[in-house]
Amino acid sequence: MISDVAEDEEKWLAAGIAGLQQNAFYMHRALDSNNLRDALKYSAQMLSELRTSKLSPHKYYELYMRAFDELRKLEMFFKEEARRGCSIIDLYELVQHAGNILPRLYLLCTVGSVYIKSKEAPAKDVLKDLVEMCRGIQHPLRGLFLRSYLSQVSRDKLPDIGSEYEGDADTVTDAVEFVLQNFTEMNKLWVRMQHQGPARDKEKREKERSELRDLVGKNLHVLSQIEGIDLDMYKDGVLPRVLEQVVNCKDELAQFYLMDCIIQVFPDEYHLQTLDVLLGACPLLEPSVDIKTVLSQLMERLSNYAASSTEVLPEFLQVEAFSKLSNAIGKVIEAQVDMPTVGVVTLFSSLLTFSLHVHPDRLDYADQVLGSCVKKLSGKGKITDSKATKQIVALLSAPLEKYNDIVTALKLSNYPHVMEYLDNETNKVMSTVIIQSIMKNKTCISTSDKVEALFELVKGLVKDLDGTLHDEIDEDDFKEEQNSVSRLIQMLYNEDPEEMFKVICTVKKHILTGGPKRLPFTVPPLVFSCLKLVRQLQGQEENPFGDETSTTPKKVFQLLNQTIEALSIVPAPELSLQLYLQCAEAANDSDLEPVAYEFFTQAYILYEEEISDSKAQVTAIHLIIGTLQRMHVFGVENRDTLTHKATGYSAKLLKKPDQCRAVYASSHLFWVDDQENMKDGERVLLCLKRALRIANAAQQMTNATRGSTGSVTLFVEILNKYLYFFEKGNPQITVSTIQGLIELITTEMQSDSTTPDPAADAFFASTLRYIQFQKQKGGAVGEKYEPIKV
Amino acid sequence: MVLVLALGDLHVPHRAPDLPAKFKSMLVPGKIQHIICPGNLCIKEVHDYLKTLCPDLHITRGEYDEEMRYPETKTLTIGQFKLGLCHGHQVIPWGDLDSLAMLQRQLDVDILVTGHTHQFTAYKHEGGVVINPGSATGAYSSITYDVNPSFVLMDIDGLRVVVYVYELIDGEVKVDKIDFKKTTTTSH
Repeated sequence: MISDVAEDEEKWLAAGIAGLQQNAFYMHRALDSNNLRDALKYSAQMLSELRTSKLSPHKYYELYMRAFDELRKLEMFFKEEARRGCSIIDLYELVQHAGNILPRLYLLCTVGSVYIKSKEAPAKDVLKDLVEMCRGIQHPLRGLFLRSYLSQVSRDKLPDIGSEYEGDADTVTDAVEFVLQNFTEMNKLWVRMQHQGPARDKEKREKERSELRDLVGKNLHVLSQIEGIDLDMYKDGVLPRVLEQVVNCKDELAQFYLMDCIIQVFPDEYHLQTLDVLLGACPLLEPSVDIKTVLSQLMERLSNYAASSTEVLPEFLQVEAFSKLSNAIGKVIEAQVDMPTVGVVTLFSSLLTFSLHVHPDRLDYADQVLGSCVKKLSGKGKITDSKATKQIVALLSAPLEKYNDIVTALKLSNYPHVMEYLDNETNKVMSTVIIQSIMKNKTCISTSDKVEALFELVKGLVKDLDGTLHDEIDEDDFKEEQNSVSRLIQMLYNEDPEEMFKVICTVKKHILTGGPKRLPFTVPPLVFSCLKLVRQLQGQEENPFGDETSTTPKKVFQLLNQTIEALSIVPAPELSLQLYLQCAEAANDSDLEPVAYEFFTQAYILYEEEISDSKAQVTAIHLIIGTLQRMHVFGVENRDTLTHKATGYSAKLLKKPDQCRAVYASSHLFWVDDQENMKDGERVLLCLKRALRIANAAQQMTNATRGSTGSVTLFVEILNKYLYFFEKGNPQITVSTIQGLIELITTEMQSDSTTPDPAADAFFASTLRYIQFQKQKGGAVGEKYEPIKV
Repeated sequence: MVLVLALGDLHVPHRAPDLPAKFKSMLVPGKIQHIICPGNLCIKEVHDYLKTLCPDLHITRGEYDEEMRYPETKTLTIGQFKLGLCHGHQVIPWGDLDSLAMLQRQLDVDILVTGHTHQFTAYKHEGGVVINPGSATGAYSSITYDVNPSFVLMDIDGLRVVVYVYELIDGEVKVDKIDFKKTTTTSH
């Protein structure tokens, strides 16, 4: 059925165009031979095609455009005639003889255009005449296009101030009157279309009406271009008339479109000054009109207006724009009980943006908006509609973007209340937005209250909220989230140690609720914040009259102990060991021997009981020896115990090369350059000899299992260590010891059973070069090295 | 002229949130031919960022690195120079130049790049040069107090390398340079 209709329409359109073209052809022939009567006859026939009722608006438009083009040519002819002295008034008379009213009116408008241009009559009179006569066409579609034609040909001929058609004083009123009348009539025709035809075609009619809306809206556009209209005239003359028509037409489609049109077409300053009137019209509109979109558009425009220049801001204050808009929104939400959540939030979001742009210093306004939003959302539970959640995120992001400073946003008391309505996923999204804002602006959050408030906001990232299932989370996403929390902790800082300690305590409290998956990410940054605090406290003199409760390094170390201990539930032994050793070094620098010893104990326990992976053990040993080597706070007993343990661990590593290297590394535990009583040459030599034995054993093992001795690298390494201590002046290391080792290596390398190893060869060679170089240095060093033969 | 960027010990995100903005704006993709990094990035994000600066990226493992599979040491040849890379927590005593020189002899390289102490050093000895680019983010170190963010850019040209060190001191980037010349070409 429908395709039949479409086919038929195509046929009718084709027929219409054919008829139009045929008559146009004859019209032109008549024009060429200056036959006015015939020209008018054929033009009237041509225009008769526009009398059809069979076409949809889309098709009618096609027909109309062709007629329009032909009428332009006709108009030019009339102009020529007028120039040649033909009376325009007569012509105006003549065209009224056309038989049918529609062609008659089109021709009248065309001649009217020339009439006005000739200035033989005032523009206002001609226009008034034309706009009245168009009432003769009451058919909506035909009437709309006819009036649209009138509007088009009259556009540049309105008696505006400063135009050539101005005439006498008070003439802008006439122009305005003309346009308003045309607009009013067009809107009536447009609305009437809604009620034509059967109810089942309602949707189709609405679609067709939509296609025609710009014809009606054009009039408002024309109004906005009339230069002679100033604010007063707009306020008293134009807007009330337009709104009257909008309200009275009681048509949802028209009301929505025209309200939007008004807002878009007229200047923002006008809207500000007529805010009462505009907002007053809103409750008078049909309840089904999407008023929230209209209001949002209005607020958006005004926000942009405010953002464009600070000079306009006082105007906003003067007209009390904020409270008016706020009230209007409240009324609309109250009236439209079924408004979906997304609508409510969008309105508040627009109002908030408005408030931020216009009254950036009035945090109370922003808070008020958030508070109203919370009130309207109460009782709805967590929001699940994705569009609504997007709007809430936009609402919450607006203050962040405006102030570039989370601290200001934290002052908005209703901010966390709004966040309560987010579901867990969105809470995380918002938390990430907040953290990103902090990172981007390098905001430093400096008091424990603010930190507390902040962690409340981002709690979705810090701990499992009720109802979250851990398996749902993508691992990479989780890592990213936690890394951002990690970074956030770096931004919490206060110069004052007392306050900083409070901040640290607050952070600790929150991260310990994070659970085993989060602790490996959140504990390290907190630990390092603490260590930085300790260093800061070190620099300060101990105040003998100080408060019992004031922060001391000891207190921080207690907190550190508790914090690292929490990692045991993960478990994360390697990380914990590393952190304990860091603390030990810090305790060393603060001269707190028992504290440092305690940390070492914890690290050793972890090593013995939890770290069994060979590679991890090697790294752990390096860190233990490296840290211990730097300790100066230990007394002899403590140091001996710890050193003994460390060398013991070294010798028990699984792979012989690892053992060897760890043992000779621990030789450094017995020789610390800057401490005189820490130079035990004998123990150093014992270590190195032990290392040699292990290297030998390693060689024998390789011989047994692979039939050839392994590389001599280990021996060369140990040789280098011998040279190191030799240079440092260890009396136990003699020239002969070194010489012996050099010969051993040389023999090994030349032996047939040794696997050739170019790396080891190069290493040995560069070691020998080093010895040579030292010999050539001269002075004490040169003397020392002199006896060594290479 | 080959540009080699050496930077390490960023400790993101445990000890620092990010590279300083002034460094980031200087490090532009496409200008550098190689990046060598002694370790302790610590997360993949930093790895990916460095990759965008230059696809030829060499990293050795620091004790806090998330990626377990970075090697303990690495050697590579650039032009006439052999470079060695190692984080340095394995070389005891930490920061001891003689012990580092031993590692250099063992790896048989002209330039050894190492880290861990977060302190910039450039030490020349008869076997070559030991360079520590410091910490690119100025991260906390138990070894060094008052760490300024720093990194190193090496310009390798024939037998000569010019080492530029960039340090962020009180918000301003200060540059210093040191010249090194090899006496012999690399033999294989």
